[in-house]
Amino acid sequence: MMSMPDTAVNQPMGPALISIKSLYKEFNISGSFLEELRIEKGRPVRRRESVKAINGVNLEIQQGEALCVVGESGCGKTTVGRAVMGLIDPTRGEIHYAGQRIDNLSAVDRFPYRKKMQMIFQNPYASLNPRKTVQATLAEPAKFHAPELNETQRQEKIVAVMDSVGVSPKWAKRYPHEFSGGQRQRISIARALMVDPEFIVADEPISALDVSIQAQVLNLLMQAREERQLTYLFITHDLAVVEHFGTRVAVMYLGTLCELGNCNEIFHYPRHPYTRALLSAIPKLGSDPVGHIKLKGEVPTPINLPSGCVFHGRCQFANDRCKSEAPGLNRTDNGVRVACHAIEENRL
Amino acid sequence: MSLLQVNNLEVEFPLLSGKVKALKDISFSLDKGERIGIVGESGAGKSVTAFAILNLISKPGRITNGSIWFDGANLADMDRDQIRNIRGNKISMIFQDPMMTLNPVLTISTQMVECLQAHRNLPEAEAKKIAVEKLRAVQIPAPETRLDQYPHELSGGMRQRVVIAIALISDPALIIADEPTTALDVTIQAEILQLLLELCVNFNVGLILITHDLGVVSQVTQRTLVMYAGSIIEQGPTRELISSPLHPYTQGLIGALPEQTTPGSRLNQIPGVMPSLQDIPEGCAFHPRCTLAVAKCQHQIPELKGKTSRLCACHLVDDVDA
Repeated sequence: MMSMPDTAVNQPMGPALISIKSLYKEFNISGSFLEELRIEKGRPVRRRESVKAINGVNLEIQQGEALCVVGESGCGKTTVGRAVMGLIDPTRGEIHYAGQRIDNLSAVDRFPYRKKMQMIFQNPYASLNPRKTVQATLAEPAKFHAPELNETQRQEKIVAVMDSVGVSPKWAKRYPHEFSGGQRQRISIARALMVDPEFIVADEPISALDVSIQAQVLNLLMQAREERQLTYLFITHDLAVVEHFGTRVAVMYLGTLCELGNCNEIFHYPRHPYTRALLSAIPKLGSDPVGHIKLKGEVPTPINLPSGCVFHGRCQFANDRCKSEAPGLNRTDNGVRVACHAIEENRL
Repeated sequence: MSLLQVNNLEVEFPLLSGKVKALKDISFSLDKGERIGIVGESGAGKSVTAFAILNLISKPGRITNGSIWFDGANLADMDRDQIRNIRGNKISMIFQDPMMTLNPVLTISTQMVECLQAHRNLPEAEAKKIAVEKLRAVQIPAPETRLDQYPHELSGGMRQRVVIAIALISDPALIIADEPTTALDVTIQAEILQLLLELCVNFNVGLILITHDLGVVSQVTQRTLVMYAGSIIEQGPTRELISSPLHPYTQGLIGALPEQTTPGSRLNQIPGVMPSLQDIPEGCAFHPRCTLAVAKCQHQIPELKGKTSRLCACHLVDDVDA
């Protein structure tokens, strides 16, 4: 099988709505200057420790796409979402929105982009202000981002948005604690929709909800995508949801992308050893737990990343090259991009 | 003879605004070495059922009716000392979050030995030997060194393995696992489920697995109970129940899973939310959300009945049988 380096020739048509270019994020965990000091061989030295949350992620999100980022806890998927939204500053790398670099903008210059990009958080119990009525919660983004609306227009908009997410506008004067979890998540989706965004980062939006409510919220997100031509960056650990909701999927492991491609291709024909293990571990109705692929050991700490391929310690196909050289994300013949030496060398 | 027999169990919590019946007329049995699953959404009463079996309902909540027969004795009638002899000895419990279950300031060894010595008069060295053996049974590498470590030194999956080892330590006849894998990642979840299944089969231990995940239940259990608003609404062999659910709620739950529809299409959703236990609708508790409800459903509470292996509490299903 031929694997080609990823060049501009292989890019889909048109500029991407969001492009993430070699993004790195490290969180310093060594504390203050004094806490960084160690005595080594009788001399004080300064040692810094950091969690390498993202290590060189390249991603492009096209208009109208629902790109799902999946991976286990600690793989950096939420950090990617927060970096795109500008909630954290990347250590290195660039984030572009419709061709314009946005990660280095000042708060004032960034303001118009905040209207175009909105975020839905995991836990609606924590993301809604308990002391604000639904009306006040929904009015706030409109006051900032659509000051041209007068009070009546704003109220009309609140009614329209509440209707569209299936929460009766009669309840606008109520507080979050008066709603169930599913309704609260609808309200936080309504808050994101108030400013008519083009792009939404949804960070585990249904993980905190019950099974019968998950379907309701997922339907709402899909309906919003159709009606408003939204683009999603959907972060989740639930692979069954990804298969249903996503158009493309990015599989992350220890801050690195290991596989990226169309949902359909990846779910039917996973290539990367990690993706295979991950997919085989989903508990499906009527399947045996014995059928899953066992991985050796555990996820290593992101403080001291493994050399070479970050997955090599747990991979049964790893050889010496995997231990020393990090694989690039190469395009395979069905358009899926995989970071694996074994696939590149036709060993897998 | 069955290992555990729960008859007409009712649990009540008094509130300022009146009494809340968390469990209503729960009856089921479990044979020796059988694995059953209890499925339902949050607030359905799954965990209260598990807690009631071990008499762990915290005051002012209490068991108001019913009996729990285990090993020839009624657990619901036992006093504190008698039930302590059962807990962690003949029936053990595994909770959701292993970091909350394990004591962070004690070593694994201390916690395992303590549990053994509470029930058996064993010298320390002997108890440690058993602890190592159990850690090996849950496939923890280098169990001797792990014994002297603290919970924070282990990963989430390892911690849950330790919790399972503690549950196994006095060779119980029944393990109650309350959402044992909900806090874990999928790859770890698959390993823990496989381990639980193997242990139950190898040691002939009964299992009550409480979860909201139908996929998990279908992998591990032989029989499944579905709960809604404090009652069992359907019961049957797991495979059968999942392939041909009888109750409209079970049908809705299974139909709402993304894997049941083609990718990208609208999911089948159950309208509305589960009622609060404080104002459960009259008649069948599910009728306001049920698309098939008829007039009878609004007034009369359906009974859980049917053939011996399949039980269902729905007026419409009765009609089908007749």
